[in-house]
Amino acid sequence: MFNNKVYHKIDALSGSVATLRAEGVKYNEIAEIESRAGTSLAQVIKLDGPNVTLQIFAGARGVDTAAKVRFLGETMKVPFSEALLGRAFTGSGIPRDGGPAITENPSPIGQPSVNPAKRIMPNRMVKTNIPMIDLFNSLVISQKLPIFAKAGEPYNELLARIALQADSDVIVIGGMGLKYDEYLKFRSTLDKSGALAKTVMFVHTAADPTVECKLVPDVSLAVAEKFALQGKDVLVLLTDMTAFADAMKEIAITMEQIPSNRGYPGDLYSQLAARYEKAVDFDGAGSITILAVTTMPGDDVTHPVPDNTGYITEGQFYLRNGRIEPFGSLSRLKQQVNKGVDKFVDVDGKKVNINKTREDHRTIMDAMIKLYAQYKETIEKQSMGFKMSAWDQKLLKYGAMFEEKMMDLSVNIDLIDALDLGWKILADCFDRSEVGIPSKLSDKFWPKA
Amino acid sequence: MTATGKIVAVNGNMITVAFDGAVAQNEVGYAVLGNERLMAEIVRVRGTRCDLQVFDATTDLMVDDKVEFTGELLAAELGPGMLAQVYDGLQNPLADLAKEASKISKDAEFFLQRGMYLPGLPRDRKWDWHPLAKVGDRVTAGEFLGWVTEGIFDNKTMPGHKIMVPFAFRGAYTVKALAPAGDYTVTDDIATLTDASGRDVKVQMMQRWPVKVPITCFTERLEPTETLETTVRTIDTFFPVAVGGTYCIPGPFGAGKTVLQQTTARYAKVDIVISAACGERAGEVVETLKEFPEIVDPKTGQSLMKRTIIICNTSSMPVASREASVYTAVTLAEYFRQMGLNVLVLADSTSRWAQAMRELSGRLEEIPGEEAFPAYLESRIAAFYERAGRVKLKDGSTGSVTIGGTVSPAGGNFDEPVTQATLKVVGGFHGLSRARSDARRYPAIDPLDSWSHYNSVIEQARVEKARTILRKGNEVGQMMKVVGEEGTSLADFTTYLKAEFLDAVYLQQNAFSDSDATTPIERQRVMFDVVEKVLQSDYSFTEKDATRKFFMDLQQTFIDWNDKPFQSDEFKSIESSLYKKVESAQA
Repeated sequence: MFNNKVYHKIDALSGSVATLRAEGVKYNEIAEIESRAGTSLAQVIKLDGPNVTLQIFAGARGVDTAAKVRFLGETMKVPFSEALLGRAFTGSGIPRDGGPAITENPSPIGQPSVNPAKRIMPNRMVKTNIPMIDLFNSLVISQKLPIFAKAGEPYNELLARIALQADSDVIVIGGMGLKYDEYLKFRSTLDKSGALAKTVMFVHTAADPTVECKLVPDVSLAVAEKFALQGKDVLVLLTDMTAFADAMKEIAITMEQIPSNRGYPGDLYSQLAARYEKAVDFDGAGSITILAVTTMPGDDVTHPVPDNTGYITEGQFYLRNGRIEPFGSLSRLKQQVNKGVDKFVDVDGKKVNINKTREDHRTIMDAMIKLYAQYKETIEKQSMGFKMSAWDQKLLKYGAMFEEKMMDLSVNIDLIDALDLGWKILADCFDRSEVGIPSKLSDKFWPKA
Repeated sequence: MTATGKIVAVNGNMITVAFDGAVAQNEVGYAVLGNERLMAEIVRVRGTRCDLQVFDATTDLMVDDKVEFTGELLAAELGPGMLAQVYDGLQNPLADLAKEASKISKDAEFFLQRGMYLPGLPRDRKWDWHPLAKVGDRVTAGEFLGWVTEGIFDNKTMPGHKIMVPFAFRGAYTVKALAPAGDYTVTDDIATLTDASGRDVKVQMMQRWPVKVPITCFTERLEPTETLETTVRTIDTFFPVAVGGTYCIPGPFGAGKTVLQQTTARYAKVDIVISAACGERAGEVVETLKEFPEIVDPKTGQSLMKRTIIICNTSSMPVASREASVYTAVTLAEYFRQMGLNVLVLADSTSRWAQAMRELSGRLEEIPGEEAFPAYLESRIAAFYERAGRVKLKDGSTGSVTIGGTVSPAGGNFDEPVTQATLKVVGGFHGLSRARSDARRYPAIDPLDSWSHYNSVIEQARVEKARTILRKGNEVGQMMKVVGEEGTSLADFTTYLKAEFLDAVYLQQNAFSDSDATTPIERQRVMFDVVEKVLQSDYSFTEKDATRKFFMDLQQTFIDWNDKPFQSDEFKSIESSLYKKVESAQA
């Protein structure tokens, strides 16, 4: 049933929400509001008898009580075609880069969840050439992983680097609450390297209406899902999910919902999970991998947004002082890919070794982290004025080398080179017998003097 | 006559309906949306209006859309065909949903389609029915009429799958007729029973039971005295779980709740495991799905999947069916308990279930309690765990349901409502600590904070002594951080090393190592004897370095011992060498 009627009277306006009387309106359908403030889309978020509550995407500022409201009879859709690649849009799908609007193939957003029976076990690594990821906490296709950082950390630089270096078919960037210059920087970085041609951007900047911020993950993931169903490996980069949660909070409070924890709505977990769980490796199609920045207000991981996120995602990276912290950072799926044994799968009819790592991967990973932990203890001892033993001196040398050659984010090397580098650092600082590595491996890999 | 109604309001997954006729609290209704029928459950009735939570997305529903009530409560189908299944929270088999959805389009098979509900038990499959009762027998609800073979219930290593008088039957019945042995589907009539008033009732293998109502076809509840063997040393020895008991595992994210649940699902010595993945990650379910079929259950010699049922309502699936999922799980468990089996229900995570209640309560605009959870949170949690228990059945045998639930406290802080409400009603508390998991000491069950009211596999007094050393060792460790090793007495230092030893060789257990992941009770007893000897001995050392060296060596030998097959020659020789090492160093 198509509802052609135009309504002219809005009864209530509050925040980005408008209420009016209308008939034959479907829950979640989209309406067009034409007012003094211009034309905007809006979504039905509540039906109560004759009263229809609308969330206006462009915000309610300037919307007058005599605004024209026309219901479109369908839910929010996002166009989908190859022409999206290389383009940038707002949260509601309007071009942001001056290019032509795309209207092909409108596909609904926020589709049902994937049937767990149609998922496959993740088993392919996403190479980033960042040793702290590839070597110590490998990112795996179909993984959902947040980057926890406090404001001011170079998380967007990190995302941009991963976007450039990851070997995925399509990249979807969802920006929420970005500063305009951050958006421009993303664009120019990708453009310079040529990665822009395989990238779609949906960007909400800090100056845009809040409701659009809330739409960004849904729109980004709907497009990602379409590409994945075509067999593409899609990498979705979302920044910043805390801005998304804050947009939800703002809207929930306007709607007079009962807040649960620090003002966030009671369904924060479900809402975040509905987005993150879009990460998938389809049994018989492509995949979606999600890397999302979650800024931690006050560097507090127990804040509701990072806390709920941690329960949903498959691990987390802590970005601290411009480095990925080895402690606390965790990839829950790394065990699936760092065994170091060859693993062949059928890719387009060819047998491809998807486990291009080495048998020393896990051992180097464990040994280096354990020694780095000891280095941290030594630093503590040193700062308390205890005397440094010969062993302590070795650890101090090791720690400095590890931080400079492995942890620094500017390090850009292949996984195999990183493994070799690991052996070299160990050999520069320690004797073979001091690193706790089984002789079977050190016989083979310990660098000859 | 069932009622019908019309939608008057839609808000999220809640609809308000004006109805004609009579409706019941928790009755199921369907909102009609073109060709789709969306399942919903009444959660509140006020005058001629009722509120329903919809088990699907409410998109496109309109005011004045029709709602049809069924007159039934939300129910599960019980009978042969449930084992090895993967269900959603409403008992829809997920593999069948994918197959059915593939008829719509190629892409559709990947997704859970709205309004698609399939029977929990396969309708076309035939089961080999063997009657047990005889014509003329007097029977009541829950008594056995016959059996069929199904997977592990092969009537060889395990008895057959019992077909019972439907639990909803009240009073006594006389068996009037029984179908002869042969192959029948779950909906074929297999018996005719006559009730006290002389009315005949036909009985099928399948029966339906409302999930939110406990099944009570037993003569009495028994005290849970027997230890449930999980083969996790920390649990069985220090914080045991009883057959028919309840326990909870609260812990911050990344502390290993799910791994612990998965280990338990694998190795626990029970007949059936029902895993409810309630609002958690889909990836973890996939792991179980792909791995369990390949693991052989030593008890039956068949794949582990055959003793397992997975109820999978992951975090992105509709929140109302998440609420239903834990009830579905426990109802299925009670069904198997009625056959005289020991069933373990693992709910991961009950916090997500509580959050589902909170979301609904918010939509109903109920007055919120602490952290906006509803005031009835505690009584719901208590009622859920009360469905566990060991019972004496009508034929004198016993059956049990054990419930273990994980809790995901916000910010890892145990002072939140769900953890606190759970702690009041469970018999065991396995608190996971961030400090232990950061130190890679798995399982991260905190040995100082956790507790259990159940019987250990080791005498209580001996366990207490070991815990005392843990406690003292921890105190010394704290002190040493301030005064350093130099400022610690040799006696205190030795206590500290003893505690570290106990932790390293006994409490810590590698869930990913084939040899260490599972320690049966007999082996735990032998191991504990050695550990006790180490802990209770006084040593002749005069300086700390020698003491440390001794304990390091002991620890290394013990860890090697953990790798050896139980009671093998190597095992025995290392065992005696451990005793010798201790004796030679004794004061």
